[in-house]
Amino acid sequence: MSDIQANNQSKVSVPVTPEDPTTFAYKESFGNSGLIITNIDNLFNWSRLSSLFPMTFGIACCAIEFMSTGTAPYDMDRLGMVPRATPRQSDVMIVAGTVTFKMADRIRRLYEQMAEPRYVISMGSCSNCGGPYWQHGYHVVKGVDRIIPVDIYVPGCPPRPEALIGGIIKLHEKISSESLLKADS
Amino acid sequence: MALHSTVTQGKIQYRYKDDNLETSEPNKFRVGDLRSEEMIINIGPQHPSTHGVLRLEVISDGEVIKDLVPHIGYLHRCFEKHAESLPYNQVIPFVDRMDYVASMNSEHAYAMGVEKMLGITGLPKRVEYIRVLVAELNRIASHLIAIGTYGLDLGAFTPMFWAMRDREHILRMLEWTCGARLLYNYIWVGGLYYDIPVGFEEKCSEFVTYFRPKLKELEELLIDNKIFIDRTANVGVLPLDLAINCGATGPMLRGSGLRVDLRRTDAYSVYPELDFDIPIGEGKMGTVGDCWDRTWVRVREITESLKIIEQCVVKLNGEHKRTRDFDPQALVPKKIRPAAQDLYVRAENPKGELGFFFRADGRSDIPFRCKARSCCFVNLSILPELSKGVLIADLIAIVGSLDIVLGEVDR
Amino acid sequence: MQPADFLRIISVTDAGAAVVSNSTPPAITVSVNKLVEICRGLHANAETYFDQLSCVTGIDNGVEAKTMEVIYHLYSIPYNFSVALKVVLPREQPVVPTLSSVWKSANWLERETFDMYGIIFEGHPDLRRILMPADWEGYPLRKDYSEQEKYREIQVKY
Repeated sequence: MSDIQANNQSKVSVPVTPEDPTTFAYKESFGNSGLIITNIDNLFNWSRLSSLFPMTFGIACCAIEFMSTGTAPYDMDRLGMVPRATPRQSDVMIVAGTVTFKMADRIRRLYEQMAEPRYVISMGSCSNCGGPYWQHGYHVVKGVDRIIPVDIYVPGCPPRPEALIGGIIKLHEKISSESLLKADS
Repeated sequence: MALHSTVTQGKIQYRYKDDNLETSEPNKFRVGDLRSEEMIINIGPQHPSTHGVLRLEVISDGEVIKDLVPHIGYLHRCFEKHAESLPYNQVIPFVDRMDYVASMNSEHAYAMGVEKMLGITGLPKRVEYIRVLVAELNRIASHLIAIGTYGLDLGAFTPMFWAMRDREHILRMLEWTCGARLLYNYIWVGGLYYDIPVGFEEKCSEFVTYFRPKLKELEELLIDNKIFIDRTANVGVLPLDLAINCGATGPMLRGSGLRVDLRRTDAYSVYPELDFDIPIGEGKMGTVGDCWDRTWVRVREITESLKIIEQCVVKLNGEHKRTRDFDPQALVPKKIRPAAQDLYVRAENPKGELGFFFRADGRSDIPFRCKARSCCFVNLSILPELSKGVLIADLIAIVGSLDIVLGEVDR
Repeated sequence: MQPADFLRIISVTDAGAAVVSNSTPPAITVSVNKLVEICRGLHANAETYFDQLSCVTGIDNGVEAKTMEVIYHLYSIPYNFSVALKVVLPREQPVVPTLSSVWKSANWLERETFDMYGIIFEGHPDLRRILMPADWEGYPLRKDYSEQEKYREIQVKY
């Protein structure tokens, strides 16, 4: 019973460094005087990555792990992610599950309906590359990147909730390296 | 606007055309067929309340539904083609992925079928009790998802979090056993992949003691809640003769009042030695066979599964204790080549009767034909009958009470 | 009930029925044009009361054998026994009358068999593809099926 309770209370710790633009170290240098100096890139990137609203787009087994990530103890809400049902209000589409040819048209349409800046996380091996169905699956699209551009691939079948959160943090890192003026390579 | 680079492995091959959606899955009704007050509403494959990628084409007169056409196939993953191309034991991971919330039960049915074909009888009792133990744990996990997401559909957020929290304990235990949280590949033809770890039986008993009061809390919060009763009682009433004729099985059939459970009628595995009841819907809050009855049957089945788990733990600690030389893979055959025959095997999935039809041609270790008779597919086909004349909000309540998992509907 | 009893009941309507060997549950081969009559009889007969149609399976025996089969599994809840009815069809023109007037579960099960094998069910109220897209070419579970090259310009094979 004890480790059931201990697991319920486990925490994830995130390192805080003064140079890390994704954390609030700026406040400390000005002594809570209400003044922050930053550059626009950092400000935009930080605001984008701190509240990525995912679209509830669970297709198959990975959707169950996505739901588990949203509930205790792997809470997604602490990362600022609140699932939105409609693509018009969401920032990131987590394609969780096998993409089939019948579903391909709909996924493209949903992707087009999202407003920029939009990101795509491909969760699970079925949407990465076709997964276990790659060989004989006539109705399975071998990877959702044949339909929409993908930012982050999270491997697993299904990926653990920690793996999905790791993928989200990788997306945070990717967003924090964006820039308004320079086009990235 | 910020430009961000995307890393794509292959290039995008999709080409857009205006009529793509219409040609791949056309509506059954055209606007010209309808009367002037009716309209076609599409509850699309991406929807927060359809349990997966299900599309409902609804012909409605305002809020009242006149006709309903479900469109499925958005998750068709060619299970039967894989089963015709891979050896019998390599098909088990694909069987997992059909009903992904209750994989152990699906594997149990498949493994029983292949063992019958090979004529393997007399599996060690310890193996049988472990199979029943993990299958019942998975039954509880599946019913918790059914109840939690049903509450979420109707607007109740808290039961979902409570159900998922308790389900996490079950998933941790199953992960301790076989390494995976959701898709296990654990029940093999002729035995199991591993034995259960040392201390697993104690953890099971701890879980049962921990979970009983939590289940009571969940019941009081959701099932006995006045708002839930108002939304689900007398909604989606399934008369018994229609249920039988339409092939309903599992909680759908038991919710309409018929005490039929394959664990008792077929008496497979070690279920004859276990003592449990079969709950049926009695129309306590409304009519017999309404949505409330089906959900209540599921909650009562969780209690029965807890009883079964306790009895299995007693047996696994007692007569069928672990011994040093116990090998769960002792009877796993090296080459699976059954004699030429046809076989239909079925087992009680949390959602109904999961059946497998095998045709073996006696010459190869690949099935000639393996068909999965999926409970959710047949249960879903009853939906148009249940939803004539209901409001759209009631339709969401009815779809939730069917407890469908699209992986099994589409296979 | 033994297979011989089922054969006795079915032979009243179809003299050419025969028991299939090596089948669990017991299977009887029946002829295509007597199928609906036999099923109505089994559904209503007081000795059998087959009130559920559990499963409809299509089987493609291959290009050399030139036959396809449809197997219906019936289950009787009051008596707790099952039987399978087997129908053999020519591979070029597989046509079978529908059972959806006897059991409503036949509706979707037959649609799925049509989708996967191309077997036409005469009299079916709504015979369209159910799992595959409506503009897919070919019937996937046939033994001589090969996937189309592209669908929506996406390559089908890996």
